[in-house]
Amino acid sequence: MTTRIDKRFADVKKESRAALVTFTMAGDPDYATSVALIKALPKAGADVIELGMPFTDPMADGPSIQAAGLRALTGGQDMKKTLAMVREFRKDNNETPLVLMGYYNPIYIYGVDRFLADAKAAGVDGLIIVDLPPEEDEELCLPALKAGLNFIRLATPTTDDKRLPAVLANTSGFVYYVSITGITGSAVPDSVKVGNAVGRIKRHTKLPVAVGFGVKSAATAKTIAEGADGVVVGSALIDVLRSTLKDGKATPQTVNAVAAVVSDIAGGVRAARKVAAE
Amino acid sequence: MTVQRPNSFRTGPDERGHFGIYGGRFVAETLMPLVLDLEKAYNEAKADAAFQREMESYQAHYIGRPSSLYFAERLTAHFGGAKIYLKREDLNHTGAHKVNNVLGQIMLAMRMGKKRIIAETGAGMHGVATATLCAKFGLQCIVYMGAVDIERQRPNVLRMRMLGAEVRPVTSGANTLKDAVNEALRDWVTNVADTFYCIGTVVGPHPYPAMVRDFQSVIGRETRAQMQDAEGRLPDSLVACIGGGSNAMGLFHPFLDDPSVAIYGVEAAGHGLDKKHAASVTGGRAGVLHGNRTYLLMNDDGQIEEAHSISAGLDYPGIGPEHAWLHDIGRVKFLSATDDEAVAALQLCSRLEGIIPALESAHALARLPEVAGGKPKDHLVVVNLSGRGDKDLDSVAKYLEGGR
Ligand SMILES: Cc1ncc(COP(=O)(O)O)c(C=O)c1O
Repeated sequence: MTTRIDKRFADVKKESRAALVTFTMAGDPDYATSVALIKALPKAGADVIELGMPFTDPMADGPSIQAAGLRALTGGQDMKKTLAMVREFRKDNNETPLVLMGYYNPIYIYGVDRFLADAKAAGVDGLIIVDLPPEEDEELCLPALKAGLNFIRLATPTTDDKRLPAVLANTSGFVYYVSITGITGSAVPDSVKVGNAVGRIKRHTKLPVAVGFGVKSAATAKTIAEGADGVVVGSALIDVLRSTLKDGKATPQTVNAVAAVVSDIAGGVRAARKVAAE
Repeated sequence: MTVQRPNSFRTGPDERGHFGIYGGRFVAETLMPLVLDLEKAYNEAKADAAFQREMESYQAHYIGRPSSLYFAERLTAHFGGAKIYLKREDLNHTGAHKVNNVLGQIMLAMRMGKKRIIAETGAGMHGVATATLCAKFGLQCIVYMGAVDIERQRPNVLRMRMLGAEVRPVTSGANTLKDAVNEALRDWVTNVADTFYCIGTVVGPHPYPAMVRDFQSVIGRETRAQMQDAEGRLPDSLVACIGGGSNAMGLFHPFLDDPSVAIYGVEAAGHGLDKKHAASVTGGRAGVLHGNRTYLLMNDDGQIEEAHSISAGLDYPGIGPEHAWLHDIGRVKFLSATDDEAVAALQLCSRLEGIIPALESAHALARLPEVAGGKPKDHLVVVNLSGRGDKDLDSVAKYLEGGR
């Protein structure tokens, strides 16, 4: 089965470049702005869209994404609305892969089977669930694969060669390499180390490897894009979004300002032409 | 839901950390290898007689164990029913049961070569115990504490600082214990190489709930022997307060397979069960947070709700997974006590016994009218007096002045 994610990474590879994966939080700072934003992202250069499902207790996220989640929840965002956003996005975009990212509890409470059916019907392509390691695959990963959704796993600097096969076993779509040990938005990754780590993962899998955490500028994006199949940018977008808010509310600049950084970073990613794919 | 009654209640968890459907290892990939390392190191230490001997030696000479099992004569007379015994964990060095667990975890951290210790704390008792053992063993200590709790448990903040620990205020979410756990987890994800996370109660990813229970079970083992000496038999009822559930689990676990022993956990009902409270079993549902599946307070969208209790140590929207399981299979009965009832029980115990209990422990005392009152005179009740109340005098005074 070829999914939107598989096809997009294959297409991007034909262009000898890496994919730009953007992360924004569903409902931040309000539903309408957030919908307008994800609709604007593909035109700005996003190849894959990650949409955060807000959660009160995001234990692997730094202050930027924590605050984005709280803004969304305060604005009344919930799982039903997040899925509705995906349906709205799909009304005029059938190509750009969309991945939901977040924590397990809101899905568990929504009901796993119902969630998978509704997500698939809405046009979701994959899931990244931070607090579901392979040890808990029966919870959601296996049912998601059965339902035809990709389950994208995080690999980290602590995932050694012995553990990688277990992490990769039920992973599909792409592998998300977390470039640092830490929370989202913290350090700028060391590009040599990242390159080595991507090489290490690629020895274990044919899946594309996207690298995230700490990518803040077109320049870092370019460096990462030289060694990886995808570059994930999140906190940097959310920081720009926050800087446009007035009293916590969206302003006419909000969507455009975020789209502008995405274009800029997309330029960095595209500047890193790959010499040749292996 | 029909739940199979097992032959023994004391065999859990399974190798994946499950107590029935509860428990598990719901952590980020970065932490998973660390959690597996910890499990391996703990299993080795548990089987190592030298480790156990060393721990017992510190328990005796540093903590002051065994803690006494004290017959509370005037409380007994007051309720006019069962004989009430208090298990005096307040007499431990640092003033609460928390130190039993911290000793075990710090010894394990040293065995694993970890030199940087992080902890979360609510009431500050776990933070003080951690700071104390880090001072004793020369380890760096960082304690995450909600800004609200820093305010209401000031004496413990000063104690931690005096002991050389760094207290980091947490200002995310509700600024209480749940948020302090989040911050500690974020620290651990960031500092994986040298850091040991010393969790203060029976929650978190496997092996924490089982490991903390094992370290606290010294309470129940001593109680068995002491009650045998005092009365020549087992107690009839056990009562303990429940924050995450470590003092309760420590008392209960050695008695789970004795069907004659009735077991009660007391959750914090805060302003009342129909208002803001911290009673996760009574008022919550199964969900996933902080590495385990358990009963949690949350809304219909799976968003965690802020708990409320006058007692900072009970102000947590979850409970240990083993308690969740013991509730479902009916082995432990969960009751609750409001802020008002806990404060009244604290005053009563102070005046009748000359023992100022922690507000946490006062929740257990608050259910004595039902658990002891109306029972025959030869019924034996043990209340876990999990800690001393010095830290709470400010909060209680304010509360009595009407500033709740
Ligand atoms: C004296 C005392 N008792 C009880 C508790 C609650 O924790 P647990 O339920 O883990 O025993 C605390 C927590 O801070 C405490 O300080």
